[in-house]
Formats: sequence, structure tokens, C-alpha cells
Amino acid sequence: MSFFSRHRILLPVISLAVLLAATFYMQPRAMSYFGLNLLFNLAVPIALATIAQMMIIMVNDIDLSVGAFVSLVACITATYLNDSPMIGILMLVALIVTYAAMGAVIDALELPAIVVTLGMSFVWGGLALFILPSPGGASPGWLRTLMTVKPPFMPMAVVASILIAIVTHLLIIRSGFGTVLRGVGGNSRALTRAGLSVTRLKAWAYGLAGLFGVLAGMALVGLTTAADANIALRYTLLSIAGVILGGGEFTGGKVSPTGAVIGALTLTLAASFLSFLRLSPDWQIGSQGAILILVLTARLIFSRKGAAT
Amino acid sequence: MTKFLLGVAAIALVAGAAQAEDTSGKRIALSNNYAGNSWRQAMLQSWEEVATKAVADGVVAAADAYTTSENQATEQAAQIQNMILQGYDAIVMNSASPTALNGAVKEACDAGITVVSFDGVVTEPCAWRIAVDFQQMGREQVDYLATRIPDGGNLLEIRGLAGVFVDDEISAGIHDGVAKHDQFKIVGSVHGDWAQDVAQKAVAGILPSLPEIVGVVTQGGDGYGAAQAFKAAGRDMPLIVLGNRQDEMQWWSDAHAESGYETMSLSIAPGVASLAFWVAQQILSGEEVPKDLTVPFLTVTQDTLAEALATTPAGSVANVSYGMEDAKEVIASSK
Repeated sequence: MSFFSRHRILLPVISLAVLLAATFYMQPRAMSYFGLNLLFNLAVPIALATIAQMMIIMVNDIDLSVGAFVSLVACITATYLNDSPMIGILMLVALIVTYAAMGAVIDALELPAIVVTLGMSFVWGGLALFILPSPGGASPGWLRTLMTVKPPFMPMAVVASILIAIVTHLLIIRSGFGTVLRGVGGNSRALTRAGLSVTRLKAWAYGLAGLFGVLAGMALVGLTTAADANIALRYTLLSIAGVILGGGEFTGGKVSPTGAVIGALTLTLAASFLSFLRLSPDWQIGSQGAILILVLTARLIFSRKGAAT
Repeated sequence: MTKFLLGVAAIALVAGAAQAEDTSGKRIALSNNYAGNSWRQAMLQSWEEVATKAVADGVVAAADAYTTSENQATEQAAQIQNMILQGYDAIVMNSASPTALNGAVKEACDAGITVVSFDGVVTEPCAWRIAVDFQQMGREQVDYLATRIPDGGNLLEIRGLAGVFVDDEISAGIHDGVAKHDQFKIVGSVHGDWAQDVAQKAVAGILPSLPEIVGVVTQGGDGYGAAQAFKAAGRDMPLIVLGNRQDEMQWWSDAHAESGYETMSLSIAPGVASLAFWVAQQILSGEEVPKDLTVPFLTVTQDTLAEALATTPAGSVANVSYGMEDAKEVIASSK
């Protein structure tokens, strides 16, 4: 085993550090409390959405509805949660329960998750349009305060990212429950033999994904102050890329919550970096893809080397 | 000597008061969310022309244009936050959403940056808005018809894309105008989706059920299709108000040469980007500017048709570049 394949987290950390150094070189103004917050505050909802996606990838599924789901949550947050908090909270809880039910149904009926979630994305999108037909709404005051809070020493975006990483690390990697959940992706038959219900565990994983999706939508509204039915559609692909960039694998329950958060930060930073480079927008999507391929190639090379030795 | 010094000081004071603050060191950025149609392309070109000249003349230090790679509010919010970091003094923006960028706009304002939104305006109170009075655009069409056809008659209304704010506004203006000039009556209404082919199909479909039509009120991009439908049905050509598209103006010009056909054409010019640039420059120079400005529309009449047609490339929209004087005029008229 090589050094890199033993410490999977190193590669994402190095990618982020290199990109951050390059950004600071291009734009020294970013190297400040204020600058770091501007660079990363929109990464907070993306990090939460990436964690949601990670919960699904952890059980060997993939969720194509994250973006639409986060948009729907954003619409509810900017309308019901603001105007009549009780109804808003009930709706959000109902969404999390629906997500858990979706996980149970996918496992019990052996449906392909990719198809079910793709279908559900249209349901979420339709509901979002129904709740907020034209852009608007307003962020609840406490949420806005929370997302614009200025803690000492470190900006909100950095504190929030570290907090998300620690909490999810404890939950998924350290706790017994998290180990069992990862086992669903790793070896579900062993779990069945041990007398555990995989359907129930999948429901838990999907429920957790729903919870983090809800948090992502709320964080987003706290930042933007208003919602739009299409506000987070990009999050579907960003979240998948974030999980993989952070050292996760599509199969086998091999995921890293810390890596996922770092992956989300890296993707956000990559876009800003390209914009600082003054690259024409026509080239930006392609370049973002190129950065992604570069990091994944590096990972593949290291893991091959690790397998060879 | 003292008197002389006092005199100099007085002159300097007067000059200082009269002459606005120098903006030659200021940097302005354009944040644009979409570049995928002819109107937006013309808009970016207008910006480019004005910006290059202003930088060359030393009016501002930089005027860079940025377009997001995807038409998404979150991406534009990140783009604006990057602009704050890049230290621009003003951000001119065509927004992906009227509300979803408010957080980023507020952040820019808090950082002391002037934010001017145009076309796609934002609701954040700290930003300036250059909006179009679409209702007025509808009213003006009926006003024009009233001068040309004093006796009145039946009108056909072609609307835009259902459910879009602009469509409701223009239509409200048209109905307002008809209420004022009650010799007119709208006998039919179809959705042309601002596209020639859709408008042609829709008009052809409703025509057989309609009595004689004296005028057609439109929303732009649909006049040529309407004319084709009337021609195909073998009916008398009504007075069709056009929307500044090149194909419409070409048809008008041909019809005028053939039978002396006369009409008018109006729409919002993509050059509004250049107006936004100068408004931002005026704000930076310390000028007192009201937060809500209204952009004039570009009207093409029989007298200006040849000129407008000559300067509009095929498949594009008639355009006009605004200068500093135009911005001052718009600001003065909004005060």
C-alpha cells in the first residue's frame, strides 16, 4: 500500500491547498477574513448537498434529484417557514420522511435508484413551481443572521465547513450506526445474515440524505435571502462530483465525509479561480471539467501504484 | 497676494463643486447571466464598444464583461462575490433572478460597491434599477394607431410567452390604451411567443373567425409572422405595429416601396447595457441618481426606417448605443 492509498484524504486536501494557493496568488485580496468568506460562503449549501449525495452513494445508489430537492426546500424556506414557521417545519419534516420512504421502496421493490430519483426530481421541481411560481419570498430573519454571522478568528464559511465535516465524520465513520450504514454499500448480505434489515437501513441513509438536503436548502436561502424554483438545479452534478473528488467511490460504501466537504469547497474554488483568470465563459465549463479529470487521474495513478506494490 | 490666493481658492471651490469627481481610476464590471440569443449577443457587443472607448478615453480604468457559463442564479451570485474580491468599484448586472441574487448584491453594497441592474433587475433596495416601462410600450402602440386610424375599428392582439411578467405588462398597457381610445376593439388575442413562426401559425389559425381587422398590436418578434398569415389568407393588410427585428423592418421597407405601407416599430434596445454603463459611471462620479430609472424604448418610424435597417444585421435587432449625455438625460427625467 502506498502512502496515498492508505491516506485517501491526502489527495483532496492537497488539491484544495494547491488551488487555494493559486487563488491567493491571483487575487491577494482573497487572503483575508472577508475574502475567505466571500470565496466560500456559497460552498456551504453545496457541501451540505454533497453530504446528502454521499449518504446515497454510501449505500451504492445515486441520487439525481438532489438539485431539485434543494430548490424545493429553498422555496418552502422562503415562503412557509418564513410566514408560518409551524407549517414550514411540518412540510420539511414530511420531506425528510418522504426521502426515507423512497429509500425503503427502492430497496424493498429492488428498483434502480437512478430511475426513481430522476422521476422524483420532476415531482420536486413541480412542487417548487407550485409553491413559488415566480421568484421571490424572503429568508426568515434568524436564518439570515445565522448565515451572515461573523465569528471571531475564522469566517462563517470556514467554521461551518469544519463543523459539517466533524459532525458527519463522527456520525458516519466513528459511530457504530455509521459503520453499519456503510456496510449496506460494502456487504449487505453480511448485514442480512447478522439479522439486520437492509430496507430499514436504506431508509435511514435516505432519511439522512433528506435531512442534509433540507439543511442545504435552508443555508442557501439564508445566503441569497430569496428563492427561485430553479435555484439549485446545478447541485445534482456538483454533489456527485464533490463526493468523488473527496475520495469517495461509487460502490462498496467507501465514502469520506471530510473529503466530501473538501470536494465541495474545491469545486466552488475552481469556478472562482477560473473567473479570476479571466477565462472566457465558453471555456469555463470545459476547464472545470479538466480540473476534475486532473484530480481523478492523479487519484487513479496513486491507487494503481498502491495496488501494484 | 492674499486676495489673489483667496481668489484661487474660490475658483477651485467653484470648479470642485461644478466638476464631478474624477472616475478615471474606477473599475466597472458587467455581470451577465446568459448569452444565448441575438438580443444578448447585441447587448454584449454594445457593452464592448462603449467600454473599450471609455477605457481608451480614460473615463474609467477598466470595464470588463463576465458571463456565467450556465444561466443559474447561484452561479451568478458566486460571480458577483468574485467581483467584490477583485475590487471593482461598480457592478452592472443583468440578473438571472429578480430575488435570488439579493444576498450577493447586498454583500457588494456593504463592501461599498455601486450595483446597477438593468433589463433583468434585482429587488434589493441598495441596488439601482434601469427598468423598461412595458405598459407604456403597449399604450404607445394604441396611441399611434389612434393617430393613423381616427375612426377606429377591430384590433388583433398578439401576445408573448404566457406566464411571463413582460407579456402581462405589455398586454395590460395595450388594454389600457384601448380603454382610452374606445373607437378600437380587440376582437382576438393569440400567443405568438415573440417568435415569427409561432405567431404566423397562431394568427393563421384565428383569422377565419375574425371580422375585418384594421390594426395588429404586438410585442416584438411577431409582426412579420402576422403579416405572412394575413397575406396567405388573402385579406387586406392591416396596420401592424412591429418590434424592431430585422426581418420585420425589411418586410416593412419592401411593402412601403410597393404600396406606400406605413407603420411604426418599437422595442427595448440591447444598447441598454451601454446606458447602464454610463449610469454607473455617473453614480461613481458622485452624481445624485434616483434608484429607479426608466429606459426609453427605441422607436423606428418611416423617417428612420432606412437608417435602422442599414445598421441592423440580418437576424438581429435594431440597436442604439447610449452615451454619457443620454444617461444624464434619463437621470434628470427620473428625478
